[in-house]
Amino acid sequence: MPGSITSDIIRPPAPPRGGGYGGGGGQDGRGASRRASMTGLMVLLAATTMAFAAFTSAFVVRRGISNDWVALPLRPIVWVNTAVLLGSSLLLELARRSLRTGRRTGFNRYWTAGTVLGALFLVGQAMAWLQLNREGIFVATNPSSSFFYLLTAAHGLHIVGGLSALAYVDVQALRLRLGPGKRTAVDVSALFWHFVDGLWLFLMALFLVWG
Amino acid sequence: MLLAPIVWVLTVVIIYFFASKIWWFPPPISQHGLAYDEQFMRTLVVTGIIFFFAQFALGWAIFRYRDDGRRASHSHGNNKWETIWTSATAILFVGLVLTGTKIWVAVHLSEPDPNAIPIELMAKQFAFSFRYPGPDGKFGATDLTQVNDAAGNPFGLVDKDPAGKDDIVSASLKVPAGKPIKLIMHSRDVIHNFFVRELRLKQDIVPGMEIPLYFQADTPGTYEIPCSELCGLGHFQMRSTMQVMAEADFEKWKQEQAANK
Amino acid sequence: MSAPVVHAHHAPQGFIRKYVFSLDHKVIGIQYYFLALFSVLIGMSLSLLMRFHMVHPDAKVAWFAHLWPTAAQGGIMTPELYLSLMTMHGTIMVFFVLTTAPQSGFGNYFLPIQIGAEDMAFPVLNMLSFWTTLVALVVMVSAFFVQGGAPLAGWTAYPPLSAVPQTGPGEGLGQTLWIVSIAIFCGASLMGAINFIATLIDLRCQGMSLMRLPLTCWTWFVTAILALLGFAVLLAAGVLLILDRSAGTSFFIPAGLMVSDQILNHKGGSPLLWQHLFWFFGHPEVYIAILPGMGVTSQLLATFSRKAVYGYRAMVYAILSIGFLGFMVWGHHMFMSGMSPYSAMAFSVLTMAIGVPSAIKTFNWIGTLWGGKIHFTTAMMFALGFVSLFVTGGLSGIFLGQPALDLYFHDTYFVVGHFHMIMGVAAIFGMFAGTFYWFPKMFGRMMNETLGKIHFYVTFVGVYAIFTPMHYLGIAGNPRRYSDFTNFDFLGKLLPVHNFMTQAAYGTAAIQILFFINLFWSMKYGKKAPMNPWNATTLEWTIPSPPPFDNFGGQHPVVNHGPYEYSVPGAPRDFIMQTDPPDAANPPATSH
Repeated sequence: MPGSITSDIIRPPAPPRGGGYGGGGGQDGRGASRRASMTGLMVLLAATTMAFAAFTSAFVVRRGISNDWVALPLRPIVWVNTAVLLGSSLLLELARRSLRTGRRTGFNRYWTAGTVLGALFLVGQAMAWLQLNREGIFVATNPSSSFFYLLTAAHGLHIVGGLSALAYVDVQALRLRLGPGKRTAVDVSALFWHFVDGLWLFLMALFLVWG
Repeated sequence: MLLAPIVWVLTVVIIYFFASKIWWFPPPISQHGLAYDEQFMRTLVVTGIIFFFAQFALGWAIFRYRDDGRRASHSHGNNKWETIWTSATAILFVGLVLTGTKIWVAVHLSEPDPNAIPIELMAKQFAFSFRYPGPDGKFGATDLTQVNDAAGNPFGLVDKDPAGKDDIVSASLKVPAGKPIKLIMHSRDVIHNFFVRELRLKQDIVPGMEIPLYFQADTPGTYEIPCSELCGLGHFQMRSTMQVMAEADFEKWKQEQAANK
Repeated sequence: MSAPVVHAHHAPQGFIRKYVFSLDHKVIGIQYYFLALFSVLIGMSLSLLMRFHMVHPDAKVAWFAHLWPTAAQGGIMTPELYLSLMTMHGTIMVFFVLTTAPQSGFGNYFLPIQIGAEDMAFPVLNMLSFWTTLVALVVMVSAFFVQGGAPLAGWTAYPPLSAVPQTGPGEGLGQTLWIVSIAIFCGASLMGAINFIATLIDLRCQGMSLMRLPLTCWTWFVTAILALLGFAVLLAAGVLLILDRSAGTSFFIPAGLMVSDQILNHKGGSPLLWQHLFWFFGHPEVYIAILPGMGVTSQLLATFSRKAVYGYRAMVYAILSIGFLGFMVWGHHMFMSGMSPYSAMAFSVLTMAIGVPSAIKTFNWIGTLWGGKIHFTTAMMFALGFVSLFVTGGLSGIFLGQPALDLYFHDTYFVVGHFHMIMGVAAIFGMFAGTFYWFPKMFGRMMNETLGKIHFYVTFVGVYAIFTPMHYLGIAGNPRRYSDFTNFDFLGKLLPVHNFMTQAAYGTAAIQILFFINLFWSMKYGKKAPMNPWNATTLEWTIPSPPPFDNFGGQHPVVNHGPYEYSVPGAPRDFIMQTDPPDAANPPATSH
């Protein structure tokens, strides 16, 4: 999609494929007010919640109606990925704290580290998939594997969206272009990221208890 | 304005066609059908009255309050009226559901009759097949790999199972009048639906589910069964018939079928 | 609410920036409107082909063979072609007409203006949502042109029919494209919903409290919430269906299936799971289709009766209840599905409950007219027509909401009559009403009243003629989705009714030409429109026709009045605009 031609409009990042919502609602060049961006984010999170609620109810129903469910124990790498994701959220929070006290270098370091860990999470998830493939477990192998691939893919798409937002903020920060007008972008992308992190914890619980 | 008489004429015409029953239900053939028709009439009368008065009031307002120079009155509403018509509507609508509950419970939530005659129905693209357990009273085992429509084995009766030897397979449904029936419904491919207008009953037939439908038909006759859930290109011609006959005739038919095996 | 931050952005330059990839909510609204107009032409043509086939199933029509060499060999429409036309008719009408124009068309254009904002909260997202919708439409229409043609499983796409490609022609690539299009549409809808909700919550101007919002804004707001939560679920369902079709999973496909003499490998899935997910979206979807029309009707009845909306607060609560309850009644589409009979009873009670706020709205519309001073403009005619049609269509729902009665009526023409009255007519009348009302503001010209009135009267009688007989057919037990009626004795007797409906459909479709002529001719040659041709009160009537690119010319409107202050006793005029000074009802004795 083309950006704007007028000079004072910030070029927003490309919307992620699949998720389609744009990394957080406030990435708009016309300078939507902070409040509107926060509202937009909450609304986006509501929609994401509904989509995963639908998947979860499908999961519960499908597990309950037939006897072909084969439990899929979580491989160790998935735990590592979880730790990495939690770590990235933590780093983003440290970054925000630094920004609040004006420590720009601290912000740059923490935010970049958080973004990198976020990307590592994705790599780790891909590795988990590859491992399952090597064991002969594919998307249609049995219902629990279907849901594992489905839920991790859907979650992964949201990670990609969030990562684009984190990367955008990171680039702006590293190029010393992260002015006060972009604070909302920082907060919105961090909050979106924490949500996706929390969503992952929910999915882990689902897999552990019912998978 | 012109719209007022148009609304009134349309209202009268519509009500006329309901009242005159030109296109109507076929006569019911069961107790359930009678109860059904009563509930339908109750609903028709209530909605008919509301329909008449609402359209009449709309037309009246259009006519009476057309701009003729007077000033409009100023009102933001009237809580008393709001409460009255809201409560009246709620009572009427919920009341209708409650009076219909008996019918629903009778069809789907009552103790099944242990003496109900079991008949299996198998729906596929694009035909209904029925199966009777035969003199041994047992349905023979079936297997999808044994299905052979061309050879007259739509159910896939397994050769090895002796219980299936006397099963009667029929393309149409035959039932004795006045006796409870348990129709055990399966689908082999997509969702179909069993519907008999005169029984005032229908039920989706869902693959992967075994769905029982209990009914009793009292009036002899032959009644059409149109598939009533979109099942593909042949949906419009997926047809069977239900033949309700005197008990003696039904026994005779069963014996004839057994003899032909 | 806070005052929006003013941005001194420049007016867009250049044709592409102004009219194609525009960030201006007004242009985007018009783009959506024209997308809907294009779609409705397709949808209507499909329905005419359907009605023709139902009464002439064996007719040889030469150009059928040209368009569909395989599906209409020899010029005779096959049953599968009929079903694919039917599927696409429903899909295109519900998604690309009824979910676009009322909400994304008029809502995009007028929500920001009616709340005193200079644009939507996220203009780039807004532009993206339109273009994504257009991509979805292109993908949908492309299903006609692939091998096997368009899908035939209905707009409801129940598996296994929709999940197993061998179940019929069109169920291969055609069905896949359908699902992909719908998924894209879900994304576009979600983008739009985010914008509407954030805009309404955060960009209202000073004085525009929630209880001073025009009812149009309330309906756009609640509709956006319904869309947000509903389309998210549809997207999830679509993903599961695509996996079943292409990845070998079995979310919806049970074991033991034999299709085209082949035993399938799937097992353990539930067709009912699809139905629950689909209708959890599907029911709010129909409220998405009707709520904006209700808002427009309230707005117009007040404007053209010179009277406040009767019971504004009750109307707001009714809109909120309809939205809330709309999520709790989806099971009434599934009474006969094989789901638990207990849940059927629960859904039934809730369904009857949702009839109550709808009834409140109807009574209040009549209450608005009562004691009024009615001006019969074409816009008003369509609003009045909406009320009549909503009564008729809504009342047939009382039959269908009872599982006891649904034992006969499910999947008959009674249902088809019900939803066409409500969606296919009442909602469309809401769109016509909105068009005639807001055209002067959007294009700076008046539409032709004579053409408008003729179009209205013929259409009004025409739609009653087409859709009321469907209820009688339903009572006679005529099943729906049948491509012809020659295989059953009882159906043969009903052919004269089908004939009548087909003739009525031809006539009503033909008269729509008047609307198109009126629309396009008036854009160029209509009489120039003043700022406030209807002497209406809401904010759009305080700015020029058409409005400048930033709506209020850099000003911030301040609202001092509710939205429907008509015929206030003592006021100098029979209307007080929302931005009039606080003492407009009783101006000081020494007037200037």
